[in-house]
Amino acid sequence: MLTVPVEIQILLAGILFLLGLIGLLVRRNMIFMLMSIEVMFNSAGLVFVIAGTHWRQPDGQVMFIFILAVTAVEVAIALALILQVYHHFKTLDADSVNKLRDHN
Amino acid sequence: MNLLFYIAATIAIISTIMAISGRNAIHSLLFLILSLLAVSVIFYLLNAPFIAALEVIIYAGAIMVLFIFVTMMLNIGMEGRTEKKWLSPGMWIAPSLLAAVLLADFILAITHVTGSPSVDQVILPKQVGISLFSTYLLAVEIAAILLMAGVIGAYHLGSQKKKFTHRFMIKN
Repeated sequence: MLTVPVEIQILLAGILFLLGLIGLLVRRNMIFMLMSIEVMFNSAGLVFVIAGTHWRQPDGQVMFIFILAVTAVEVAIALALILQVYHHFKTLDADSVNKLRDHN
Repeated sequence: MNLLFYIAATIAIISTIMAISGRNAIHSLLFLILSLLAVSVIFYLLNAPFIAALEVIIYAGAIMVLFIFVTMMLNIGMEGRTEKKWLSPGMWIAPSLLAAVLLADFILAITHVTGSPSVDQVILPKQVGISLFSTYLLAVEIAAILLMAGVIGAYHLGSQKKKFTHRFMIKN
């Protein structure tokens, strides 16, 4: 079966997580920021499954199922919030939603 | 097997880069779906077929459909585009190529299994289910409460607010 060293697999998950983090920091469109968060969740789940396979335990896959549930809730709430923001501000730019900012 | 892993990993990284650097939201979402499919192939190669199926069904199937619906409701990413431009080869040739490579990768992974996979290596869905409903039973119930809160929150946020005036202020 698969004989890729586990360090390489963890490295792949790390690269995916970093890509998501870069996307979250660089993009200002809220849809893209949410997509980057999805990539980060997915890479975290990938780490769990890699570890579960490495130790031949089902716990990693159980944790992935929990991550799936959390992701589903997070996406539903965040997309509803994005719709509300779009109705209020007529834009999806995250920098334009700054009513709480301290103007000095 | 190792080569298949590296191919799927490369596709995952490339499509994620395309997804977070794209300008058109719908195209980025399609690349993100491709990235999730590549990660699903990696799950299959990691002896986790149940998780691979869940990844395709829930992530690429349900969550991404939510994304695409909201993107289409907000009508961003395709202003003034004619269908002719949509159907031009430059639009779909790159994702199609990546998806075709991924499909070939997956078919190779399925057909290249020599003999039956040793049962002690593959973690079967039965083990996952037993662990889920015995060791992690409390966490399952907490996840159920979380999903309930998510349903109520999404309903509350998504409902169109009526203009509310106090009953003393109504002029009639």
